[in-house]
Amino acid sequence: MSYIVAENLVKKYGDGTAVVSAVDDISFQIREREFVGIMGESGAGKSTLLGMMGAMNAPTSGRLVVDDIDVYGLNQEQRADFRREFLGFVFQSFHLVSYLTIIENVMLPLTVIKIGKKKKRAKAAEALSQVGLLDKAHRLPNQISGGEKERVAIARAIVNEPPVLLADEPTGNLDTKTSQEIMQLLRHLNGEGMTIIMVTHSPECANYAQRIMQVTDGKLVDDNSKIKSIDEWQKKERKCDALRNQKRMQTAGSLPTG
Amino acid sequence: MNLKAISIKNLLRRKGKAAFVLAGLVIGVSTVVGIISFVEAMTNDINHKLEKYGANILIVPKTENLTLSYGGLSLGGVSFEMEEIQETELDRVSTIKNSQNIAALGPLVLGVVNVGVHKVLLAGVDFGAAEILKPWWKVQGALPDKNGVVLGAEASRVLNLTTGNRIRIKDRDLVISGVLHPTGSQDDQLVFTRLDTAQFIFEKQGRISMAEVAALCKDCPIDAMVKQISEALPGANVMAIQQVVKGRMETLSQFKKFSYGISGVILLIGSLVVLVTMMSSVRERTDEIGIFRAIGFRKRHIMNIVFIEAAIVSGLAGIIGYFLGVGATIAALKIFSESHSGYVPFSPELMLGAVLIALTIGLISSAYPALMAARLDPNQALRAL
Repeated sequence: MSYIVAENLVKKYGDGTAVVSAVDDISFQIREREFVGIMGESGAGKSTLLGMMGAMNAPTSGRLVVDDIDVYGLNQEQRADFRREFLGFVFQSFHLVSYLTIIENVMLPLTVIKIGKKKKRAKAAEALSQVGLLDKAHRLPNQISGGEKERVAIARAIVNEPPVLLADEPTGNLDTKTSQEIMQLLRHLNGEGMTIIMVTHSPECANYAQRIMQVTDGKLVDDNSKIKSIDEWQKKERKCDALRNQKRMQTAGSLPTG
Repeated sequence: MNLKAISIKNLLRRKGKAAFVLAGLVIGVSTVVGIISFVEAMTNDINHKLEKYGANILIVPKTENLTLSYGGLSLGGVSFEMEEIQETELDRVSTIKNSQNIAALGPLVLGVVNVGVHKVLLAGVDFGAAEILKPWWKVQGALPDKNGVVLGAEASRVLNLTTGNRIRIKDRDLVISGVLHPTGSQDDQLVFTRLDTAQFIFEKQGRISMAEVAALCKDCPIDAMVKQISEALPGANVMAIQQVVKGRMETLSQFKKFSYGISGVILLIGSLVVLVTMMSSVRERTDEIGIFRAIGFRKRHIMNIVFIEAAIVSGLAGIIGYFLGVGATIAALKIFSESHSGYVPFSPELMLGAVLIALTIGLISSAYPALMAARLDPNQALRAL
């Protein structure tokens, strides 16, 4: 049985003639412990799709079921509880709270959980130790590097031990070396049993995923779990680009007829 | 780490905004405290001054006889056949519930005597109580001993007698120890002597014709006191000199209403300052609220963060506002009331009230910003960055 099931997800913005389909009839299934990369151009709808999977962006139509829970059948407050218990978020811009120390940022998801102060601190310390930042626990976010901020964001996402981690361009603001470190960390977490769904532009990062879903113009154009090498992915990407260009030219009427 | 810690840390980070909210509330609360304590101090001051107006309750015997007039007020049956009150009965007045509001109780014996060819009303009074009951009296000469009298100004003129002369009343020689300055009241027509002397002359030992009461204080429940004295003295008619009391109360009441009106306006302005500042603070924090919601904070958690911040600032504003208001009152009293000592006592009730007012305004004004924060869609909040 699949852990995450998306059925005909549609997300439209605007109304009347100005309707834009950000996600257009996407269906997929993700198994427990999978590492999935969602790729696509900017504006393709991948972040919208991630937001929908994160119980933060209700679809115009369709269904999202996680561990037998119909996510959008829940009310807003229940969805908040769902996010707290099932999901960890890693954002591209880190989104650390500037006036809280590193360990306090990591403790944030535990704030509204009824466990003792000491236990909260111990859990946060453990998460920080997993990302190798325990020694910087009492610094403020502006006192650490970008890579370290991303690791803090990951520690915050895993402190609650959620079964699913959603990452939106986790290496978008990082250099190559740091990106590799972050991806290895995500792979390690996946190895420990966490389902990871990651939106990325980077083929290098996508290479860490077991399965890549290609989103173009709101549609899931490819869902190939067999892609194993970066060369193979780039070949497919080039093929997609060519198809897109051909489609564009046809639309513009520049292709010779007959 | 809990919601309170988040609120405190946010306040410490946004010191400027917090100070602005604090200032708005402190101004409002200190104004209210200042006005209330100033009104209170002035009321006490005014009451103190008003006490000089004299008696405001009369105790006269119940009688069927025709009345004589005294100072334009009905005195009941003051006549030769008048009924009387036992002097010892007056002790019961000190047992009434509001006895602490009684400034002075002055028994009076009245009777008509012949002085030469004139008939004169002789009044036996307690000159000690008269100092409070009739503070406008100014005696040219001295107060009498048990063998002396004081003449009203008009009586002195008509009888052609003055300080140092002697008069004979009912075979008793009495020395005129002083003459009252004109008062404009019927006192000018009377001859006054000590209560025991008059009782002896009229052979009414232990009995009195009437009594005057000065019950002058802030919010004196005059009507209630009249009722209480009536119950204590069932054989007497107890009457309030309403116009004095009512006039006094109306003046204070209008002063208070005006002051409270101003306080209300200032508090409204204070609450608007809080509302606008909190709204702007919430807008500035869209990103972190978005994060809080994304990681599973419920709406009420977000609202609690805003309310805790508002409560901390408001509580602080209440305490600061109280002391600032009292300070302003002390300064104002020195300027506006020469007779006041300038001492304003510490009032825990007023301080508690100030904190409660600040908390109420702070929390009510923060309700909309808190709701706005709680309603932030996490997806939109994070995308908007």
